[in-house]
Amino acid sequence: MIRFDQVTKIYDQNSRPALDSVSIEVDRGEFVFLVGASGSGKSTFLRLVLKEDRASRGSVYVAGQNVANIPSWRVPRLRRGIGVVFQDFRLLPNKTVFANVAFAMQVIGRSRAVIKETVPEVLKTVGLEGKNQRMPHELSGGEQQRVAIARAIVNKPGILLADEPTGNLDPTTSAGIMNVLDRINQNGTTVVMATHDDDIVNSMRKRVVELRNGLVVRDEAHGIYIGESKVAE
Amino acid sequence: MRLAFILGEIGSGLRRNLSMVVSVILVTFVSLTFVGAAGLLQLQINQMKGYWYDKVQVAIFLCGESSSAATCAQGSVTDEQREGIRGVLDSPSVQQYVDTVEYESQEQALAHFRDQFANSPIVDSVTADQLPESFRVSLKDPEKYEVINEAFSSLPGVEVVIDQRELLEKVFSVINFASGIALVIAGVMLVCAILLIATTIRLSAFSRRRETGIMRLVGASKAVIQLPFVLEGVIAAVVGAALASATLWSISHFAVGGWLAKQYPETAFISSMQVLWIAPGLILLAVLLAGLSSMLTLRRYLKV
Repeated sequence: MIRFDQVTKIYDQNSRPALDSVSIEVDRGEFVFLVGASGSGKSTFLRLVLKEDRASRGSVYVAGQNVANIPSWRVPRLRRGIGVVFQDFRLLPNKTVFANVAFAMQVIGRSRAVIKETVPEVLKTVGLEGKNQRMPHELSGGEQQRVAIARAIVNKPGILLADEPTGNLDPTTSAGIMNVLDRINQNGTTVVMATHDDDIVNSMRKRVVELRNGLVVRDEAHGIYIGESKVAE
Repeated sequence: MRLAFILGEIGSGLRRNLSMVVSVILVTFVSLTFVGAAGLLQLQINQMKGYWYDKVQVAIFLCGESSSAATCAQGSVTDEQREGIRGVLDSPSVQQYVDTVEYESQEQALAHFRDQFANSPIVDSVTADQLPESFRVSLKDPEKYEVINEAFSSLPGVEVVIDQRELLEKVFSVINFASGIALVIAGVMLVCAILLIATTIRLSAFSRRRETGIMRLVGASKAVIQLPFVLEGVIAAVVGAALASATLWSISHFAVGGWLAKQYPETAFISSMQVLWIAPGLILLAVLLAGLSSMLTLRRYLKV
């Protein structure tokens, strides 16, 4: 689903690359944790998948397509196949929960009827039944993140990217969010989650890719947050 | 659905930036009024040319008692000289350029003079022998004035040859100058309008960066993201153009048609209908202006 082939990303010629010859393959339906300290290259990885940035060297393939070959007018179509969730939720403060999720469908031209049918379904999936008409500021952090997740998956993307989705949440709420993400993954969506929340990574026992200074230092099928390499140090 | 969505976005954008939108409307209004005024002045010149060029003549004034030109050394023109001049006028070499020739005696000149200055006290003090007699020559091609000038100005008994077109050209050059000034002002104002539209759109894009950020992420097309901003600018500019057209129409209808035309009934003035030719041009110009400046702005500030 996502394949990085010797990808290097250099933001600034005078400092070390953000990603240094990274080769990773994420299969369809996988759940992958991307771990590493701040500045290790996690966000750069996500940005390259979205074609927000272009790789300095190497190729990024998303759904079998080399993103470098996608013309700029086709980039929106690439992004429709990818849902994104952030640490800071990024909801529209003056729109209701329903309207926030509906917004993602409106802007790609879905009909009113389809929106009316789909949005409540998705809100139910993320556990926000009956909160359609609430405003974001009336919701807890966990609930707000659920709205953001609903918005990310409402157009049924094949890939869900999550950049520190539990970074602002307490452990109990985080576990709830992880439940939602896991359920989305079970429905066939590929999930890539950048995080440095060790409890979550350790409890989920999913594939873990660790980045350090732009290099992949560990890639384990059912890994934990702190790998053997680091324990040995 | 998408159309309704875009319209909604435009509406909220216009409301959020109301003061900027009003200033865009005013600046395009003023600038396009000057553009239109320059256009109307040019139309006025064409109108007058069409009207007057058929009527203008070359006047060959003959010597009077008080003439001081070298060709008038013998004082007032003699019958013999007059016949000589008439002979040259009838000769084939001159005749090929000439349409009609009329002789105007001193008495006729006085009658014309009294007509023209009917309201002026000067009329009473002028007598027939103070006015020169003349031949009024209409040319087939008014540009051929030099031929007549060369043939007659050195003949004895001819005081001076005058091309009336030259007088008109003076009037036209004044109008041209005015329309030139209007164009310069219009140019400066248009630059203002372009910059103001660019600033307005930048501000609007900034105040809605949260929305546009999400639109990008969920894969909204470039058109859906940018069109509301472009149309905001276009709508404001078109409103300005419409105001400018209305103003020009009022000026031509009330000021020119209602007042100037009554003051100078013998002059052909443009009609307010002619503004209707200019108005679509102004609106098109407004659309181009706003569209262009917003596209340039969005390319920098609203990448997709």
